[in-house]
Formats: sequence, structure tokens, C-alpha cells
Amino acid sequence: MSTITAEELSATTLLRFATAGSVDDGKSTLVGRLLHDSKSVLTDQLEAVERVSASRGQEGPDLALLTDGLRAEREQGITIDVAYRYFATVRRRFILADTPGHVQYTRNMVTGASTAELTVILVDARNGVVEQTRRHAAIAALLRVPHVVLAVNKMDLVGYEEKVFAAIAEEFTAYASELGVPEITSIPISALAGDNVVEPSANMDWYGGPTFLEHLESVPVSHDLAHCHARLPVQYVVRPQTAEHPDYRGYAGQIAAGTFRVGDPVTVLPSGRATKVTGIDLLGKPVEVAYTPQSVTLLLEDDIDISRGDLIVPSKDAPATTQDIEATVCHVADQPLTVGHRVLLKHGTRTVKAIVKDIPSRLTLDDLSLHPHPGQLVANDIGRVKIRTAEALPVDSYADSRRTGSFILIDPADGTTLTAGMVGESFASPEPVKDESEDDGWDF
Amino acid sequence: MTTTVAAVSEETGTPYTLSHLDALESEAVHIFREVAGEFERPVILFSGGKDSIVMLHLALKAFAPAAVPFTLLHVDTGHNFPEVIEYRDRTVAQHNLRLHVASVQDYIDRGVLKERPDGTRNPLQTVPLTEKIQAEKFDAVFGGGRRDEEKARAKERVFSLRDEFSQWDPRRQRPELWNLYNGRHAPGEHVRVFPLSNWTELDVWQYIAREGIELPEIYFAHERDVFQRAGMWLTAGEWGGPKDGETVEKRLIRYRTVGDMSCTGAVDSEATTLDAVIAEIAASRLTERGATRADDKMSEAAMEDRKREGYF
Repeated sequence: MSTITAEELSATTLLRFATAGSVDDGKSTLVGRLLHDSKSVLTDQLEAVERVSASRGQEGPDLALLTDGLRAEREQGITIDVAYRYFATVRRRFILADTPGHVQYTRNMVTGASTAELTVILVDARNGVVEQTRRHAAIAALLRVPHVVLAVNKMDLVGYEEKVFAAIAEEFTAYASELGVPEITSIPISALAGDNVVEPSANMDWYGGPTFLEHLESVPVSHDLAHCHARLPVQYVVRPQTAEHPDYRGYAGQIAAGTFRVGDPVTVLPSGRATKVTGIDLLGKPVEVAYTPQSVTLLLEDDIDISRGDLIVPSKDAPATTQDIEATVCHVADQPLTVGHRVLLKHGTRTVKAIVKDIPSRLTLDDLSLHPHPGQLVANDIGRVKIRTAEALPVDSYADSRRTGSFILIDPADGTTLTAGMVGESFASPEPVKDESEDDGWDF
Repeated sequence: MTTTVAAVSEETGTPYTLSHLDALESEAVHIFREVAGEFERPVILFSGGKDSIVMLHLALKAFAPAAVPFTLLHVDTGHNFPEVIEYRDRTVAQHNLRLHVASVQDYIDRGVLKERPDGTRNPLQTVPLTEKIQAEKFDAVFGGGRRDEEKARAKERVFSLRDEFSQWDPRRQRPELWNLYNGRHAPGEHVRVFPLSNWTELDVWQYIAREGIELPEIYFAHERDVFQRAGMWLTAGEWGGPKDGETVEKRLIRYRTVGDMSCTGAVDSEATTLDAVIAEIAASRLTERGATRADDKMSEAAMEDRKREGYF
């Protein structure tokens, strides 16, 4: 840590990842080990952990204590919510959404996975792939998390046997591929003993792959933007109206997908008015090109009526607008979601009134079976819904764009976030077919 | 003001990868703009400390070339470092902003609040802050809190709902999905917003260095009359120190965090430049608060309790 120069520190990338697994699988210990062995635990934090461990009569420091935050959890010895952890190596900065893995906490996993580029699924080598593992894989697949890591933990308790690891990895990979998970990496570890978490394991020389941390450091975080639909949800209209800038009108937002260039012909939705990008301000600095997830301000050729909630898209690649949305949802609130429920729907920067028209099915994550017409969804349920919105929305399929294919439902009465929604089909097809003929000449 | 483009991705060969600072900056700007679009009366808590300075810098960038559509609020404990108050006033004037001040001293003078025996005024900030929010009808209050600071904060939302007593109920906090923040609240309630949620202390310092942001001088090494209390170097002054048995000595120190004089400790340091500060932090083996904040050490659940009462 102390050998890192300021120069090196400022040139790293950021990886957001999430964990899934239960207390019994040793998830807190894995996270604690990761923080501890990557020298991200500071002296006073470790002292506090050692103090508490000693007062409970434990032999060594209980690394799980590093990550248990709220008093209720300390008392019950469980984790009850998403907690965010931060650590860095020379190669990368990490944001970890640490989520509990009990069945009643599906919503926390969904929350953590929604912003993650990578999900870690933890299994106990003695138990292999269990119902919970399949649930976790299904959530990662539903949320279209680009990378999944299977961490086979407690290898020390199965004699560090390659056979045990290989069987579990094979079973999991077959299952997750079936769900359309695009990239799966399996790693045999012992969080308690430290094997293959940060340091390579001397006990498993049969394993030639990267340690858990090495994998986190090297997994790609950038995407091939050339094949993404460019999307800019307008957050705010910047109008200085000063002597210096009497006519400046800029449309501020964070690019949700793809790239924008000066000169691009664009269309504003839902009005459908077409114009051209005449300038891009990148936080006060003019640039020729900008890309997701940069926050920018676009300047346009024509003085057309644009306000918060509009979506700026390339004229040749505009999504259809619709008032009828069909989606896979995860219900995250304690009060149920019912057919006929009047809600608010937030998509990008626009919030509109909506009605839940139908709930065609509920999905059981354990075996992916569908239960037709459940009538309602309760907390942690995953299901299909049909929603009618008061205004037409330019939605993408979630498979194409995680930012413009997602939405939340809000209770108009008390503002509760009810439901997380993903437009379009639930699962990707296991063998994605790349249609290169769709490429209509992006000149990158 | 350069944008660092990280090393070309080995996977795609595309240069379209943001450095971690650019990613954090973009996220914070997005949060500021969301609030500007969805709230009537937002305010930024501005103390002249480094986190609030970075917040203001990000807000200025988010709306350039237009003015920041927010006012500022400082909860003045009455025991603030004079250098910091001077910086605060200069910054407000420079950017032509409006500053609201909620004064702890006023409350003590009026007999509404009582001085604590230990002279610490940090816990006394909650009432003036809450009452100012109610009186001014602020509906969004930006705070510089970061989730890496303390375990209870690791679970804090970016948009944190508070009732009319400013209380934080961990069970009423809403799940935050993708970047779809939900700012809906009932009249009288407000939302605390933390644009720096995902930043670490080191990120803040690197960003200050990259952007060339000016800071109050007490963040850099200087000679100062200090005395030791509860294992921390505190500034001698009228607020209540040194007491019997405490001796003042001149030491070369700097502050890692800036709060109330009575509970903000200095660290021995020779770092007089930003680069030196960053190198020192990168090598440091003590968390920011653990080294310098007495008030968080009160009990393991101290922060959690204070958040419930409406603290930042």
C-alpha cells in the first residue's frame, strides 16, 4: 500500500461487484479476508475486531466482524441489508455491495446486483450446488450481471480435493449457462485459511487459475460501446441567462448507454423532434465525443422544447415508445403488489402514473417454475407484470440496456419503492447469436 | 482539469473506460442534477471541511456555466477553527452563494441547549440543524458523508429519508436500484442526499489534487500549540483546554478531518503539499475517524444512535 505513488493511484479503474451467499457459507469471512489480506483493514478497525473477538472468548480475530454494521445484526449475528465496502489495490478501486443470502432477502441481492459488473456466488464445498446457489445464479442472470464468479469455499474441509471442486464447478456452469449468464469463472478457496483469496494456495497446486483478487483486478470493466444504443435521459436544463451566456441552453444528463458525438443527428423523445448535436460540455469543458457513464451537457442546433424526463437518442436508432410495458419484476416492499394497483413508474428521469394491468405469473427461483396468475406479488417475489402507463415511454429491452430497460414502481401514497422492473424477457438465451449484419457502419 | 483516460482495456482495445475518479465524479454530478430536477428547496451542508468543499466543487461543475441552484447551510458549533470560518466566508462570497447559519452558541445562550461537561459540541448540532431545516422548509439536504467512514454508514442510502424530526429509521430506508433514486417524501419530511457515498478518503484527496481545489491551511502541516487528551492532539483554546494536568506543547501537525475543536484531533505530520498528504494517507494504517474523532469512539453503536436522532 505504502509503495503506491499518487500517479499510479489516479490511473485505476473502478469495479462494482456484489456478493451472494449465506452466513453459513462463510461470506462475511471471505469479505473480511479480502479486506484483511489486501491490506484494506486499518489498524484501528482490526484492533476493534480483536477486542470484540477476545471478549467473546474466540481464539483469533473473527474477520466476519469487520463487515457487520448495525446493532441489530451484532446482536442477532446476521446481516440484514446491503452494506457497501471499499478497498483498493494498485490495479483497481473496488465497490462491493455486500448482500445477505437468506431466501427472504432476495430484494437485497437484486439491489446489490443492479449496479454490479460482477457477482460472486459462494458455495460450501461440502454441500455443493444447493437450492440457494440456484437462486443466486437466477438473480445474477435476471439482472444481466456481465460476470459471475463461483467461489467454492471451505476447500480445507474437503481435503483440498480437485475432484470435489471440479464436480461443483461443472454442475454450476451448466446451470448458469442455461440461464444465459455470459461469463462464469470458478475458483476453489478457503476464506478461513486464506487459500486463493489474495494469496495463491500451496494446498491446491492443481489449480492453475487466478486467485479471487487477481480475477477481480483483471476482469474487463469496459464494454464494446459500438454496438450499444446511445441514450441520454435529460435530467435538467442548464440556462444561465447571464450577460456572458445570454442564449446558452444545455441539456444535462448522464449518458445511460453508448456514445454521442458532435454532429450526430438526434431525436428527442417522446416528442419525436429531430435536431443535431452542436456541442458537448463535459463538466465545463467542450469535447467532441462522450460516452456512458459520463455526465454531460448536450447543446443542440434547434431551439426545441426539451425538459427533464425527455430522452435524447440517435435519429437512426430510436426506441419505440409505448404505454404498455411487459417486464420481469422483483417486488421489494412489505406491502404487496396487486392487479389494479395504481402506482408511479420511474424510468430514467421521467416519473409517470401507471396501473398494474396483469400479473401473468410468479417465478419460483429454486426450480424456475412459473405459477400462473398469482393475483399479487409479495416482498421478495419475482414475477411477470403488465403495466399500462399514463404517457408513452421510450423503453429499451433490459437485455439491451440495463439503464434504459429498467424502472422502479413507487407507491403514490407514501413514496415507498415497491418494485424493481426489467423490460422484456426474463432470461437471455443460452447461446447468444451475434448478428453482425445489424452493424450499420459505426465509424470508430 | 484533465480527464484521465485509464489504460486501454485489454479486452476491447477501446479507450472508453473512465478512471475511478471520473466515474465517481460523474456519479456525484448525476446525483446533484437529480436533486435539482426533483426538489423545491435543496441546501448543501457546508462547513469549510474538505468533503463539503469537494461537494460544492462538484455542484459548480454540474451546472456550469449556470449558477448552482442551491443555497448553503453551516451548523456553527461556536468552536470552529478560525481559518475554516474565514475560508467558508471567502468561498461563499467568491461564488456569490447564499449561506444560512444555524448556531449552537445561540441555543446555549438562550438556554435551549446545555454545554456538556466535556466541552464537546458535536452532539449539540442536531437540534439547530433540525430546526433550521424545518424553519427554511428545506426538502433535500446534501451531506458530505461517505460510506467508508464508519460501519453504520456502510448501509446508508444515497437518498436517505428523514421524518419531520430528522430521524433516520434503518427499516424505512428504500432499496436503491440502478441509478433510479426515489426522492418522494411527505410534507415536513426531507431527504438527506450523499453525493460522495462511494468515495473514500483517498479518492477525496486525489480529486482535490487533480482539480487543484484550494483548502483551508489547517489540512497541511504547520506548527501549533496542542495538548494531549484521550490520546489525541487537541488545539489549545478558550473552548475548554488545556485543563489541569494537561500540558501544551508546540508540535508539527496537520488535521485529517475538520470539525469541532473540542473533538477533532491532529496528527503528527510533515506533509505540506497535497502530494505529501496523499502519500501519507496511502501509507497510513489508521482510518480517518479512528485517528481523529473522539465522538465516534463513545461506543460501538455511537454513530448509529446519533443518526437515528437526526445527525448527519
